[in-house]
Amino acid sequence: MKNYSLRSITANFILVVAILTGCTKKLDLTPSNVLTNDQIFTSAANYKQVLAKVYGAMLTTGNQGPGSGDLPPEIITDAGNSDFFRNFWYLECLSTDEAGWTYHNNTDPIGIHQMNWSSVNFSVKCSYYRSFYAITLANNFISESSEDKLSKRGISGTGADAIRGFKQEARFLRAYHYWILMDLFGNPPLVTDSAKIGSKFFPKQVGRPGLFAFIESELKDLGTKLPAPKTNEYGRVDQAAAWALLSRLYLNAEVYTGTPRYTDAITICNKITGAGYTLHPKYKELMLGDNDLNTDEFIWTARYDGLSTQTYGGTTFLVHGPAGVPGDSSGCSGTWNCIRVTQQFVDLFNTLDVRGQFYTNGQNKIMTQLLDVSTDGYSSTKFRNKTRNGAVPPNTDNGNTFSSIDMPIFRLAETYLIYAESVLKGGTGGSNITALGYLQQLAVRARPTDINAANSASLTLPYILAERGRELMWEGHRRTDLIRYGQFTTAAYLWAWKGGVQSGTGVDSKYNLYPIPSDDLAANPSLVQNNGY
Amino acid sequence: MRKFTKSIPKFFLVVLVLMCTAFSALAQNTITGKVTDSKDGSPVAGVTVAVLGSKTVVRTENDGTFKVNVPANAILVFTEVGFAGQQIAVAGKSVVDVALVQTSQQLNEVVVVGYGTTRKKDLTGSVNVINAKDFQKGNITTPEQMIAGKVPGVSITSNGGQPGSGSTIRIRGGSSLYAGNDPLIVIDGVPLDHDGINGASNALSFINADDIESFTILKDASAAAIYGTRGSNGVIIITTKKGKAGELKMNFITTTSFATKTGNVAVLNGDQIRTIVNQLGTPSQKLQVGSSNTNWQDAIYHTAVSSENNLSFSGGINKLPYRVSLGYAYLNGILQTDRLQKTSVALALNPTFLNNTLKVDINIKAIAEDTRFGNQGAIGGAVGFDPTQSIYSNSPRYGGYYEWVESNGELKLNRPNNPVGVLKETFDKQTPKRSIGSIQFDYAIPKISGLHANLNLAYDASKSTGTYFINDSAASAYVISKPGIGGSNNPNKQTKLNTVMDFYLNYFKDLPSIKSRIDFTAGYSFNDYKSTNYYYRAYNAKGDTIAGTKPPDYPSGINENVLIGIYGRLKYVYNEKYLLTATLRRDGSSRFGPDNKWGTFPSVALAWQVKNEDFMKNNKTFSDLKLRLGYGITGQQDGIGNYLFKSFYGLGSPQSSVGFGNNYYQPYAPSGYYPDLKWEQTEGYNLGIDYGFLKNRITGSVEFYLRKTKDLLNVTSQPAGANFSAYILTNVGNMDNKGVEFNITAIPVKKPNLSVEVGFNATYNKNTITNLTVVPNDPNYLGFLGGGAAGLNGFLLLGAVGGPKNTFYMYHQIYDANGQPIEGLFEDLNRDGIINDKDRYKSKAADPDLFFGFSTNVNYKNWSAGFVLRANFNNYVYNNVYSNLGKLTQVLDAYTIHNGSSNYLQTKFAGKTDIQGFSDYYLENASFLKMDNFNIGYNFGKVYHNKIGLRVNLTAQNVFVITKYKGLDPEVVGGVDNNLYPRPRIISLGANLDF
Repeated sequence: MKNYSLRSITANFILVVAILTGCTKKLDLTPSNVLTNDQIFTSAANYKQVLAKVYGAMLTTGNQGPGSGDLPPEIITDAGNSDFFRNFWYLECLSTDEAGWTYHNNTDPIGIHQMNWSSVNFSVKCSYYRSFYAITLANNFISESSEDKLSKRGISGTGADAIRGFKQEARFLRAYHYWILMDLFGNPPLVTDSAKIGSKFFPKQVGRPGLFAFIESELKDLGTKLPAPKTNEYGRVDQAAAWALLSRLYLNAEVYTGTPRYTDAITICNKITGAGYTLHPKYKELMLGDNDLNTDEFIWTARYDGLSTQTYGGTTFLVHGPAGVPGDSSGCSGTWNCIRVTQQFVDLFNTLDVRGQFYTNGQNKIMTQLLDVSTDGYSSTKFRNKTRNGAVPPNTDNGNTFSSIDMPIFRLAETYLIYAESVLKGGTGGSNITALGYLQQLAVRARPTDINAANSASLTLPYILAERGRELMWEGHRRTDLIRYGQFTTAAYLWAWKGGVQSGTGVDSKYNLYPIPSDDLAANPSLVQNNGY
Repeated sequence: MRKFTKSIPKFFLVVLVLMCTAFSALAQNTITGKVTDSKDGSPVAGVTVAVLGSKTVVRTENDGTFKVNVPANAILVFTEVGFAGQQIAVAGKSVVDVALVQTSQQLNEVVVVGYGTTRKKDLTGSVNVINAKDFQKGNITTPEQMIAGKVPGVSITSNGGQPGSGSTIRIRGGSSLYAGNDPLIVIDGVPLDHDGINGASNALSFINADDIESFTILKDASAAAIYGTRGSNGVIIITTKKGKAGELKMNFITTTSFATKTGNVAVLNGDQIRTIVNQLGTPSQKLQVGSSNTNWQDAIYHTAVSSENNLSFSGGINKLPYRVSLGYAYLNGILQTDRLQKTSVALALNPTFLNNTLKVDINIKAIAEDTRFGNQGAIGGAVGFDPTQSIYSNSPRYGGYYEWVESNGELKLNRPNNPVGVLKETFDKQTPKRSIGSIQFDYAIPKISGLHANLNLAYDASKSTGTYFINDSAASAYVISKPGIGGSNNPNKQTKLNTVMDFYLNYFKDLPSIKSRIDFTAGYSFNDYKSTNYYYRAYNAKGDTIAGTKPPDYPSGINENVLIGIYGRLKYVYNEKYLLTATLRRDGSSRFGPDNKWGTFPSVALAWQVKNEDFMKNNKTFSDLKLRLGYGITGQQDGIGNYLFKSFYGLGSPQSSVGFGNNYYQPYAPSGYYPDLKWEQTEGYNLGIDYGFLKNRITGSVEFYLRKTKDLLNVTSQPAGANFSAYILTNVGNMDNKGVEFNITAIPVKKPNLSVEVGFNATYNKNTITNLTVVPNDPNYLGFLGGGAAGLNGFLLLGAVGGPKNTFYMYHQIYDANGQPIEGLFEDLNRDGIINDKDRYKSKAADPDLFFGFSTNVNYKNWSAGFVLRANFNNYVYNNVYSNLGKLTQVLDAYTIHNGSSNYLQTKFAGKTDIQGFSDYYLENASFLKMDNFNIGYNFGKVYHNKIGLRVNLTAQNVFVITKYKGLDPEVVGGVDNNLYPRPRIISLGANLDF
């Protein structure tokens, strides 16, 4: 008896120990339907889906449909409002004569048009963190694509070659977002793929010229390493995209570093124009639901799709946002009554110019009231979610909410304008004749019914600034242009409600830069805020 | 068989003794005597003195004496409420004096304390027990409401007036800022998870309130530390009723109740809107204004009639005690279309085996709910919808409800929908089911006296299925210009399975030789919480798939976490005077990374039973006096995600794809993570005094506590570029709670026909955040922002170092000579000439610093009556109805007309200043006194041929509120008053039948 019970006790003890050990293993749980680092980076196909997120970070608001958010609610409470282009547009276009905003609730870009923002403004925060999100994804992708990791993971041959190509695209996207941050915020911290994401470290600022140098060297390298122009899949970047960004960098180099680089700008523009791009014949076809066809002029676009790439930002917001425009005009379910254009901007356009595409029905030209009255100021139908023959684009959601219009990030017209301005500002390597020729081509396209259109172009700085406004309206250039011409914060050019005054007023020059968000100052003690904030 | 034969001689012996006594019983003696209280020798009046085996019964006089004629060999039985009964053989004596020993609840009552029980007198920590007789009565749809206002240090605030909706329970202020502040709830040994059950307004609503025997609340660290990582917010242990051996007893309770709204949110009427539009509106607004005077709030609410019925059986089949209860409730909300139907069954079996050495408790509870959730969007909708419009249109479109339409009859975008339409056209129907079951074995191990092995196996399983249906033509899901394909018909499904395995050994030994008693427990606990959510594609009202949508990538997803604990507890009592309890728990959690999985949580508590000291023995004033001192460390890991210490790549949805060439790719995105994540840790100190006066006619306790939480789980900003998310959950910060609790129960009147019992408790809690940054006192860091409000750009609440959590962060309003607030004019606190964020100040906090509960019960003959009062002091409420709706831009928005708060008539605010909402004008002291419950009952005694015991009662709930707060209800969880489902006033009539 005694022996038996001892044995049984021992057996029970072993059983209990076994159960407990088994149970302890249960403490290592992984979520379902997701992959760890080691599980995802196993094939070129998987790498491509991770690369898709590096691109996607600047297209959608989040990974789970149009209401989801990549950015946490502490940055922005309304995830639907958190995509890249919409917030970039707030800071780059709404802050200028191009647009005013009707509403001022908690999800609206408060104070942006009035040039009264601070380091807690959600549009400011959202832009900053959106680009940093894309940069972090890019850094991660670059480090996961290192030769070392590829060989460790046993990826070789064509798969490895494809990943090496993806890596250059991630580097480009990182450079693009650093350019965004350098332009808007001046001196954000610089983090590269050498940092270990998730470890405790404080990214350091390198100064605006330092960041300029980083972006320039990256783009110069990418200008040779990316696929040749027009050889990559539509929606992905190639060498021409790197050149186009570099040309923008050089055009504004004096603002960024104090040193003009117009000659370099001309050199780069020549590379782009030599790569086979031509102006698309009809301006009014540029911003349509089937504008992916415009590969003649478009160098790189942010691709949106009514079914597959849905966001309440991007071009969806430029279709619904303009005040008063009925749905059958804009090609969507109807207007949000948000955006109107100042009368000063409307006045840049000759009546024969088709580019403004102002919507005037029920709208007053003069922006007497900025807030709450959506009928003060003309609206615009530049962005229409329709095909060239006026039909609903094939990829349209049930509620006709989401736009399929792609947003050209770079297109040839901008290159022409950069070339002309650089020649005029003393850059060498180009010619006045070519420059004027480019301006005339744009003018002719802009005024299809005007037989004297070519004569309206003139190779002068005021003409170029105004022409950039007309040609590139709402495409994300205006603030940078006005700064380059000294007209953004000064009283040299006033528009309705600039500085919060109906007739417009100059504001503190600190507003040439946006402040670094207070959140980052709290998180990163090494950061120095921009002057005046 | 062997046992049986052995007992035969005993049987004969008994028969022999009985026969002898029967003969001697023929001789009658007169016995006198006196009954006294063993404590102090004072006489006890009214004691029943019965003679065993006869019908003779007498009672003691006021001086405790009695006189009775009995046979010389009679056995007298002395019984009295509050004392232990005694049997005394007369054995030829003529005088029998008896000292009865008090059994008032203080002494021998057994209290569950987590992994075992203890005698109440041996308690060393801060523990409160509320038994069924003290529960709040009436239409109780969720159990925790039964103890609201009853326990010091415990605040229970219902989350609104929806039937079955839950409550926010805070014990001693809660220990966390961002993560969970809910106490751990343990039902019959099953620790519940904090996450709700899909399709149910509240997980606790699955427990039939009538099945509950008692609540035990472990408040301080020394009591809760046995629960390790889940003890920081206190523990509520719910024990359900068990079977009682004996004859079959049946009980039937039925309650019918009528609920009505207590008032309306004050808004403008149609005439007032018309006046405003005519004076200030644009031409297009003047065209839109209607001619009606609709009270939208009256249109969405109604008087709700509900009924609840519970039938229970208990008794014993042979030696198997059992209890079975059946419940059925049909509960209507005051919001139209809102209803909850519950069918429940509970079974308790409490058999014993092996000569009573193996006790088994089986508890199985199951509830099926069938709910239609009223669309609560209608609540805010009714407050803000234009009262000049009528409810119905003359068109069949949009369900026949008036909607804002374009001239062609199509819906206008981004306009509010008709609130009645929102209610009536939405069918959110859910049928969750849940079962909680456990089997507990308690085995007295042979040959080692006092050693028990306990095994508890339990499950908590639920399955919820439901459909969210919106009619095709309903405005809220209308597809513009495409009639017939709108609406939605979306299924949902979730299953949960939580499993528990607890094993512990308990050794209990009385050692009279050294005047000691020891009680040692050591055990192992395994808890697995697993939920599975099923994913479906979207369908329109017709049930067709919606063009362009795709099926989900995964059919389901699993969310799981596991907790493993090893624990020990030693209780030591010396000479009934000095008590020690020490516990140690080591917990492992799957929520943390390899380096932080395990934590150790010790506690120690000492108590001194002063009353048992010699110098107190003869003290007539104190009938009880005990000092307690406790210290312990507890953890907190609830209210956070399960997998946050590591980054994972999740597949994007088809709608978030990226086009490359002719293909769209669903992107993989990595999640933000914090590898060093771990639990919050709270150090708690408790000093308690238990007292009793006048033979425990007055009892109570006073407690002082200090709780220091460190490593707060907080979402903090990460340096841009350093993580995949700009804010992630980390462990940063410290917070203190300190407070005093006072509790008194008195029985001022105790006569045969009249008794009065009153209970009062008071709690003072002070919450202070002491640090929030990695480098303490970082001046760049303002604080932990949270709590937005409607119409506000930014956060309203701030947790900053030096102040309490949920502090309102406001501008200081400036008023004109008449005391009217001037819109947009605030004090320039930093005197820099600009009003900006830097001029906001830390104002009052949302949580009360002082709260009280008062309850009384009066019994007069067959009548009983009682009420419960609750009061909160210095709970501040932000009147979001005023701030968001009390302005002209609310009434006249850029396009549509809305209704506005009547506060607009006072302020006449234009509403063009975005920061006005942050004005402290909207912050009100919402201190209140509420009568939660008033009830009156009558006991008919036995009716229907003396077979049925009948009691009836009438209860009023939410009887009245006294407050200066200007909104509808001053009791607001979180402090921002915005469209709470109004708590109704409920009148219930109930009958309780015993068979």
